Amino acid sequence: MKRRDLLRLAGAASGSVGLGGCAAGIDRLSNAISSIGRPSPVSRADTARVVVVGGGYGGATAAKYVRLLSQHQIEVVLIEPDAAFVSCPLSNLVLGGSRTLADITRPYTSLRATHGVRVVHDMVASIDATQRIATLASGGEIRYDKLVLSPGVEMIWTEVTGLRAASQQGRVLQAWKAGPETAALRRQLEAMPDGGVFAISIPEAPYRCPPGPYERASIVANYFKAAKPRSKVLILDANEDVTSKGPLFKKVWAESYAGLLEYRPQHKATGVDAATNTLKFEIQDDVRADVLNVLPPMRAGAIAVQTGLANSNARWCNVNWLNFESTAARHIHVIGDSIQIASLMPKSGHMANSQAKVTAAAIVAELNGWELDPAPMLSNTCYSFVDDKRSVHVASVHAYAEDEKTFKPVPGSGGLSSAPSELEAGYAWNWARSIWADMLA
Amino acid sequence: MTAMVATRAGVTLALATVVSACAVAQEAPTPQSLRARSLAANCAACHGTDGRAAAGASLPGLAGVPAPVLIEQMKAFKTGARTGTVMPQLAKGYSDAQIEQLAAWFAQAPTKAPRQ
Repeated sequence: MKRRDLLRLAGAASGSVGLGGCAAGIDRLSNAISSIGRPSPVSRADTARVVVVGGGYGGATAAKYVRLLSQHQIEVVLIEPDAAFVSCPLSNLVLGGSRTLADITRPYTSLRATHGVRVVHDMVASIDATQRIATLASGGEIRYDKLVLSPGVEMIWTEVTGLRAASQQGRVLQAWKAGPETAALRRQLEAMPDGGVFAISIPEAPYRCPPGPYERASIVANYFKAAKPRSKVLILDANEDVTSKGPLFKKVWAESYAGLLEYRPQHKATGVDAATNTLKFEIQDDVRADVLNVLPPMRAGAIAVQTGLANSNARWCNVNWLNFESTAARHIHVIGDSIQIASLMPKSGHMANSQAKVTAAAIVAELNGWELDPAPMLSNTCYSFVDDKRSVHVASVHAYAEDEKTFKPVPGSGGLSSAPSELEAGYAWNWARSIWADMLA
Repeated sequence: MTAMVATRAGVTLALATVVSACAVAQEAPTPQSLRARSLAANCAACHGTDGRAAAGASLPGLAGVPAPVLIEQMKAFKTGARTGTVMPQLAKGYSDAQIEQLAAWFAQAPTKAPRQ
């Protein structure tokens, strides 16, 4: 989208935006109607604009589903800086060398061509929750009736001394958002001599993707086993025990990676010395490694914090669970890894996708003046690879509990794999292809 | 769409033109259809948006499956009569009433995407 189009969006004056296709035709009219209808005290579905910030599992799904569930009545603008979507789930396979970034990258083009979502490749610099205006880094302003904020997580660099600088130098990476850093960490692993040590440091929960670090350690161990068998994987975990799929991972580590992978709980990292590749801890002795992968504590994405929405311990965003509206600002709905989770609700891509659909339905209901669904449901299926061929899963279903006004797992539902299998690895790839299409195609 | 037109007489003609040009065979959502479709959206991450399996996916689509078939399968997953990896665990998360709602929705869902 060109700058002048954005300015038109901001003013909603002429509403003539030069997009082809039928959906865009309805958009044009929607804009024209907007210009007639505003300012109006009451938002209406056929004149409303929803702005979605962040095109990951949460945001892309929300953008598509607001269009779908409103039968394309509601105008949707998605603000996402990256040119294409790169999946965090499955990105550990890129570190292991069995897959490439291209395998886990999908375009945003169908959101516009098929669903009429306006995709703007930019960042949101600020949000005026009172005036309902999002200002872009490039300077444009977009007015919204409802804003969906799905900005993922931000690293709290100050919690680990020296880490910010070491990360900026490319010396100690996180690769906790898939993309160039994933490729860079892979290069570090490839360059590491046989007999070297790869250490991954895990922050106290909650953090994005609970089983992700253990999956990563397993996949790197599998790579070492084949390519650098004298090397070692060290897991340095701030938590008291493995936070997800613990028995499954531990069994694999004992059976497949004995002598190659070591798990050390209660290791809370406090500092990094990039010059010597040394990690410092609250209590234990320093650890030096050839490749350090340090995940600091995380909080809601920067734009959520900056907008004053991180009202749970100044880290995460409390939401009303019926519509995911922030408890700090009206008309701003926060989904995905940024929210203060309910009991046993993981910060996962699938959960963000599920939350996005409840949110999209709630927004469509609200803009039509309807009651919210009093009993929304969420579901989650999360696969982890233990090597490049076998996977395990955890699954859950969460129902809204009216008495406690939160989501709770449905008793008796959900569970884990009994053991890693190639069958489930196939299902994991099927899940990926399906959910990427559900978000983007 | 038609309801929208009625309230905005000034743009009736233009909107009608676009709708007919697009041949959109979609009805405006109702509170009931919205809830049913969004409940069914819980299945979409693995079985495809609106129950239409994604290109290249190996799991079955659910759109157009007769309601009694889906109800029987979901109940079999719940009781353990049908085994599996994920589905027996997920099926136990839905009440019989919800399963009937899901089945009714998927049974009427088109197997091909309507033109947008």
